Amino acid sequence: MFDKTLAELAAGLRSGEFTSTELTKAWLERIKAEDSKYNSYITVTEEEALAQAKAADEAFAAGTAGPFTGLPIAHKDLFCTQGVRTSCASKMLDNFISPYDGTMVAKFKQAGAVMLGKTNMDEFAMGGSNESSYYGPARNPWDTDRVPGGSSGGSGAAVAARLAPAATGSDTGGSIRQPAALCGITGLKPTYGRVSRYGMVAFASSLDQIGPMAHTAEDCALMLNVMAGFDPMDSTSVDREVPDYTVTLNEPLTGLKIGLPKEYFTDTLDPQVAKKVRNAVAEFEKMGATVKEVSLPRTELSIPAYYIIAPAEASSNLSRFDGVRYGYRCEDPKDLEDMYKRSRGEGFGEEVKRRIMVGTYALCAGYYDAYYNKAQQIRRLIQQDFAKVLEEVDVIMAPTTPHPAFKLGEKNNDPVSMYMEDIYTLSLNLAGLPGMSVPCGLVNGLPVGLQIIGDHFAEAKLLNVAHQFQQATDWHKQAPAGI
Amino acid sequence: MSLDRSDVERIAHLARLQIDESDIPAYTENLSNILNLIDQMQQTDTSGVAPLANPLDAVQRLRADTVTETNQREALQKAAPAVEDGLFLVPKVIE
Amino acid sequence: MEWEVVIGLEIHVQLSTTTKIFSGASTAFGAEPNTQACAVDLALPGTLPVFNENALRMAVMFGLAVNAEIGKRSVFERKNYFYPDLPKGYQTTQLAEPIVGPGFVDIETEEGVQRRVRLHHAHLEEDAGKSLHEDFHGMSGIDLNRAGTPLVEIVSEPDMRSSKEAAAYARKIHAIVTTLGICDGNMAEGSMRCDCNVSVRPKGQEEYGTRTELKNINSFRFIERAIDTEVARQIDLIEDGGTVLQETRLYDPDKNQTRSMRSKEDANDYRYFPCPDLLPVVIDDSYIEAIRETLPELPDARRARFIEEYKLSDYDAGVLSGYSAQADYYEAVVKACGDTKLAANWVMGELAKYLNQNDTDIKQSPVSADQLGGLLERIKDDTISGNIAKKVFETMWTDGGSADEIIEAKGLKQVTDTGAIEKIVDDVIANADKQVEQYKAAEPEKRGKMLGFFMGQVMKATGGKANPGAVTGILKKKLDALCD
Repeated sequence: MFDKTLAELAAGLRSGEFTSTELTKAWLERIKAEDSKYNSYITVTEEEALAQAKAADEAFAAGTAGPFTGLPIAHKDLFCTQGVRTSCASKMLDNFISPYDGTMVAKFKQAGAVMLGKTNMDEFAMGGSNESSYYGPARNPWDTDRVPGGSSGGSGAAVAARLAPAATGSDTGGSIRQPAALCGITGLKPTYGRVSRYGMVAFASSLDQIGPMAHTAEDCALMLNVMAGFDPMDSTSVDREVPDYTVTLNEPLTGLKIGLPKEYFTDTLDPQVAKKVRNAVAEFEKMGATVKEVSLPRTELSIPAYYIIAPAEASSNLSRFDGVRYGYRCEDPKDLEDMYKRSRGEGFGEEVKRRIMVGTYALCAGYYDAYYNKAQQIRRLIQQDFAKVLEEVDVIMAPTTPHPAFKLGEKNNDPVSMYMEDIYTLSLNLAGLPGMSVPCGLVNGLPVGLQIIGDHFAEAKLLNVAHQFQQATDWHKQAPAGI
Repeated sequence: MSLDRSDVERIAHLARLQIDESDIPAYTENLSNILNLIDQMQQTDTSGVAPLANPLDAVQRLRADTVTETNQREALQKAAPAVEDGLFLVPKVIE
Repeated sequence: MEWEVVIGLEIHVQLSTTTKIFSGASTAFGAEPNTQACAVDLALPGTLPVFNENALRMAVMFGLAVNAEIGKRSVFERKNYFYPDLPKGYQTTQLAEPIVGPGFVDIETEEGVQRRVRLHHAHLEEDAGKSLHEDFHGMSGIDLNRAGTPLVEIVSEPDMRSSKEAAAYARKIHAIVTTLGICDGNMAEGSMRCDCNVSVRPKGQEEYGTRTELKNINSFRFIERAIDTEVARQIDLIEDGGTVLQETRLYDPDKNQTRSMRSKEDANDYRYFPCPDLLPVVIDDSYIEAIRETLPELPDARRARFIEEYKLSDYDAGVLSGYSAQADYYEAVVKACGDTKLAANWVMGELAKYLNQNDTDIKQSPVSADQLGGLLERIKDDTISGNIAKKVFETMWTDGGSADEIIEAKGLKQVTDTGAIEKIVDDVIANADKQVEQYKAAEPEKRGKMLGFFMGQVMKATGGKANPGAVTGILKKKLDALCD
């Protein structure tokens, strides 16, 4: 049961092979037995899960079940879930029980999904290793001395360790794709605005996007069918028809034009990772795709631009955590200012404080033009580079990360070297483009991800491309030793 | 670009973050390194380039002026650190 | 030395939308604390703003009414600072690209000074909540019902040269926004609040003096008094060799003093940047022109029409058109009684006196325009005298009822029956030998003035109900007959 995909579990539910309650109980048992090794969950919602499973079974009995009814998933702990703690892996929200469901969470509820729990993450999604979590790091199931990536590291670890068949994540600079790559699973960051952000605790509003993390592209398609769509509660949500992402999965790739950006294959990239990515590209050539080298000349600039825009927006987005209406308030504040400073100083972890400070500085009068405005200009240049390339090719393929998973603690004291690991993922968020990470091999026993990038709203194409790859290869079926 | 202690103190005050005295040197160094990384972009000529605030260059949608929210005070104040008579309590506000 | 006063105003006008600028919570005034503060208004994690179409429409209406350029692209920005009544830790406002660009209004003071005041711009923003300072065990209570109420902030150029001009300007803005129906104009409830930037300079000097900002003044009278007080303070300070500090000051109406707001001294850096949760607001000419079509008659046009159509004096027309509810009321009274001048006198006189004494807005007047019109009709048709009408009005104000009902119930109908009046006049003359003798002894041209005594006696005898015109005629006839 635990090595089944969502699609297979759905078939089992429909055929009556097992009930949602049986399924849910089995997964809950497994989480209880195994998660101490991975720390992938912050909260397990057993009661809610069993109630939802019961309702799903009733729906099957009544003949009202839909494609997602009864399927268990986990949500990253920055999505607001009514009546359930939504901590963002922060001391600040350790006591925060959300009074409402975010739009994406509500859509899964409506679709009859079962929520197993809330997954671990970097605090407020700031980080690429899950080490900034207030609840301690999640661990990589392929090597528990290594990081699962971040910020959706708990979701990545939970899916890889078969503690959830699939999970939701959010991606502001690579936070779905990078942990998917490092944990050997499939993840999709949709186009900015494709999935409503209402109810996602904001990190950087103009970069944040919610997406699925699962074993296969097909499962991602099933999830995106539920998640995607216009939401009147989110001004940045796009009012555009949502296709059925499962129906185009099997389209042939003959004639597919693939671009390989030369700036992604440089000294920064581990040669063994490069090799795996090139092997994957060769698979597509076998399927009739053509490959050409393309150029994204401002790739390096995505790091400085991102590390201005994201902290600037975050510094403002996180101002609401002030100890007044919810969340952590320090003991015995001596006055208002003391309440603000200590509640925030004690409630936020180091990386969050660091980014708030960078963002605050960048927005100060006198620096705005040199930093924030400049970064937004560079952002447009980066977007133009992509647009030009995507006129010539259908998809861009690249590594998701320069290296496989690094060791816990390895980059802890050097934020800059941690930031450099995001080089291949950041620019998509800046440009608002969709991207996937698909497992494409192992390097020293650790998974490596192939990144597939498409034009705005090309999710169906990306899923089609990834699915065809997964029909031809079995990297996505590999499991860590002992699982 | 390198920051000094007083910059860090000023930023921490603006952001209302209590920073331990002993952590200030580390913050100063880390923030300076980050700013150095960021300064790479200063070499790029961006004159005449319109800033991209929204990746889709979309425009604002409008909401009808009708009440959609009902009184949820009790539920919404459950998470509050201090409440009395329906008010959120904070240390005295001095004007 | 002769000093020149330089004043600019920032007026915050609460738009009378049904819901908040960025959420679907009600904006109704006076609800229990925090019952109209929804998840978005409380800035719960994960919540997002969506812009209210009516707030946009109202801001554009205002812009058109003040001859301004309308921003076809306007951008919301975040003004970042921490305050307990500001739930998100930033105020969503507009800075570089506001909805209303430069415009102007023409003002006239009671003394007849006319001036064109230029508007720098007007922008949309959200109101903050309220801090209540009653003692909650040494803490303050925060009510966020007001948080997110849409405001238009109207920023003038420093074009005013006296406190009277500033008040006249504020009145004009009040007249415009109430006429447009985009603000209820209730200053006591904070629907319109004024910040006054005040400086002085030696007459003839080109550059401005250092200004201070007087915060949150909520009546026209206080605008005048606060500015006068602050101007006097600045002049005294400079003449004593001191210098004016650029600072925010608070006006205390009880002490008639301004004082420095120390908490605001802490130099802030608001770190403005475009709000990434909201997108640029883009409108086109057809949107603007459609709104122009819906604009009501504006105060200046109404004033001109009152002069033209109702033959009112400049002054009366100005006063009556200065507040749309008052102008509406006046026109309804005219419609009911058909006498434009009588209606003007009563609306600006007796009615205004009662409204003032009872601190009541004309919209809440217990005497309706129809009731007042009915009363004025009875003056016109000589059923009652002006003095009796005041008594009827008093009853109307306190107990309600139509003029006819009150006149009937209290038996106030004027006595016009000449026979009855003649009889009373004869009695009065018969009992006033001394006054009759004086009357006879007086020069004929001075006799008119001596009628007052006899008139008073007749009125006393009739309880004021005798028709004064008829009484005068009869008295004159009978007394003059005695003189022959």
